[in-house]
Amino acid sequence: MLEIKNLHASVDDKEILKGINLKVNAGEVHAIMGPNGSGKSTLAEVIAGQEEFEVGEGSILLEGEDLEELSPEERAHKGVFLSFQYPVEIPGVSVTNFMKTAINESRKAQGLEDMPANEMLKKIREKSEMLEIDRKFLSRSLNEGFSGGEKKRNEIFQMAMMEPKLAILDETDSGLDIDALRIVANGVNKLRSKDNAIIVITHYQRLLEYIVPDYVHVLHDGKIVKSGTKELALELEEKGYDWLKEEAAV
Amino acid sequence: MAYTEEELKKELETKEYEYGFYTDIESDTLPKGLNEEIVIAISKKKEEPDWMTEWRLEAFRAWKEMEEPEWANVTYKKPDFQDISYYSAPNKKPKYNSLDEVDPELLDTFKKLGISVDEQKKLAGVAVDIVMDSVSVATTFKKTLAEKGIIFCSISEAIQEHPELVKKYLGTVVPKKDNFYAALNSAVFSDGSFCYIPKGVRCPMELSTYFRINQAGTGQFERTLVIAEEGSYVSYLEGCTAPMRDENQLHAAVVELIALDNAEIKYSTVQNWFPGNKEGKGGVYNFVTKRGLCEKHAKISWTQVETGSAVTWKYPSCILKGDYSIGEFYSIAVTNNFQQADTGTKMIHLGKNTKSTIISKGISAGQSQNSYRGLVQVNSRAENARNFSQCDSLLMGNRCGAHTFPYIEAKNKSAQIEHEATTSKIGEDQIFYCNQRGIDTEKAIALIVNGFSKEVLNKLPMEFAVEAQKLLEISLEGSVG
Ligand SMILES: Nc1ncnc2c1ncn2[C@@H]1O[C@H](COP(=O)(O)OP(=O)(O)OP(=O)(O)O)[C@@H](O)[C@H]1O
Ligand SMILES: [Mg+2]
Repeated sequence: MLEIKNLHASVDDKEILKGINLKVNAGEVHAIMGPNGSGKSTLAEVIAGQEEFEVGEGSILLEGEDLEELSPEERAHKGVFLSFQYPVEIPGVSVTNFMKTAINESRKAQGLEDMPANEMLKKIREKSEMLEIDRKFLSRSLNEGFSGGEKKRNEIFQMAMMEPKLAILDETDSGLDIDALRIVANGVNKLRSKDNAIIVITHYQRLLEYIVPDYVHVLHDGKIVKSGTKELALELEEKGYDWLKEEAAV
Repeated sequence: MAYTEEELKKELETKEYEYGFYTDIESDTLPKGLNEEIVIAISKKKEEPDWMTEWRLEAFRAWKEMEEPEWANVTYKKPDFQDISYYSAPNKKPKYNSLDEVDPELLDTFKKLGISVDEQKKLAGVAVDIVMDSVSVATTFKKTLAEKGIIFCSISEAIQEHPELVKKYLGTVVPKKDNFYAALNSAVFSDGSFCYIPKGVRCPMELSTYFRINQAGTGQFERTLVIAEEGSYVSYLEGCTAPMRDENQLHAAVVELIALDNAEIKYSTVQNWFPGNKEGKGGVYNFVTKRGLCEKHAKISWTQVETGSAVTWKYPSCILKGDYSIGEFYSIAVTNNFQQADTGTKMIHLGKNTKSTIISKGISAGQSQNSYRGLVQVNSRAENARNFSQCDSLLMGNRCGAHTFPYIEAKNKSAQIEHEATTSKIGEDQIFYCNQRGIDTEKAIALIVNGFSKEVLNKLPMEFAVEAQKLLEISLEGSVG
């Protein structure tokens, strides 16, 4: 599904990603952990095509295709989805209208007609029920005045609507209360299939109890310094990052 | 007897005249320049009664003594008023023989707006066969109105057919000497619309100048007079979303609305004059005076979407004379490239318990300048007057400007006046968020702009709102590189 080779990225001549290698197969869930400022969100945004970052060396392949020349929207059309750590507000644009536009733009890129209104409504109903989202919510302006947790749940609603091939969830768990975490995680699990892949960025082991990863990677100072299975997350929870930092320094 | 095609066309043309959708003027263009003789000649050509000629002359004499206003936040090369021809017959000769000859960029815009091929031809000035259909629509339309006693015709026709109404109301809201452009308009106006709604009548359809514009082209000095008798209601649509190109660079219209006791007038405008090319050359100067008078419990709402013109100077206003009267102003003004707009409103509270609402949304892109200028005036006897104003500006890029000039004059202590203003920018992060969801930058901007303008778009009649949305999209195309 996704193959990242020796990826370097920088902003204003400051290198943030310093040679990332990562391979994610279809059907897999990978967790990325690591201290604040280690480059997790940067990696997510570089995969999504954020032009603020300059990609130096390295490459990102999605199903064998190099993404380098593709704009963020083209990557989205190919099935890349990013659940943002800090979702932005768009005043006056309802969640429904936003999703309608997003879905139809993607369909257009695939040479399809707009999704018929009844099909759209059905989908919205289905996905909002799955994530226990009040319908009234969907007519509100996108993220405007949403609580932290509401924003995150809304991101996963969008993921459910877009049905991406590769979903990257950047700290989706932060801000969610205990019940919401369960609901959202269950939602994500329902979206798991043998044809798609998910990358979860998180600081907490708790999320990984719900969304069980096949692999866990630790990012430190722009590099993946350790990879393992889900047990690695437990170890990190217990010991923190210092031991890894020391290891990396050697 | 079988009609030849020529005869059929002729017959239909005269029918149209009968129904007042055409102002039929036989003569060609008067020489350039403006003096008393020209004013008299215009009046003569329109076969106006003496009082009208005299009225125009008074306006002209006032205008001669006046100076072009300088206070607006716009700079432009002043027109030479002696280098303009103040009267020319509507151009009946088509400019082009087929659509192939028309500027492809213009056609492209028409297509995006979803304008039918026939309409495209009319708007671009291509010869068209007269479509049976449009004539019959106009006829049914006229009939329905006539049954209710509603008069909707050209101002010239009204001067002939309903002189008592015109004489009673013309210039009562916008006096001849009100301002430089209004005085000029009063002296030389040659076209425009007249609308009269009798007591207690609710006009059953949106009255639209679109009908008339489609067929005759808009005048340079338009004059509109709308009278809503006691307890009546009318929704009036002015303008058209299609880009209007015009050789006349200067446009100075006057619109007067009169809402008598308990009457309501909704006046919606979508204006899309040619703004000039990307270098800012060749656009229309639009200097408009629009004002409404509210008697007791009456209500006037101005809703406008302005995307065109090189220079716009426009302040639809309400005089809230009657107690409990209501004035509303909802506006979206878009400026791109080198456009300059200085728009806003005046709410003059004279009566007790009068209320006004102002919602202004300015969107600036390119190197344009967009100013809001609003006056809320509460007179000493206007007890309990209330006003709420909200002015929001949205900036795209770093080279454009948004300016807000709110003036408040409250002479009564009981007045409650609230003013809110915000300025925001379309953020890179908002665009990236949309991009990430598969929405390209151009569409993302349209979405964000529509969201920003929503409160005002919602005030437009449904059909108009859809067109206006598309128009916003088109006017901002290419504004982010
Ligand atoms: N646009 C930018 N300009 C300058 N520095 C940046 C920019 N974006 C990110 N950085 C820096 O890059 C580093 C990595 O940031 P990033 O957001 O990827 O960290 P993170 O691992 O997601 O951290 P957290 O766990 O706090 O979310 C940080 O030091 C950050 O300050
Ligand atoms: Mg982060």
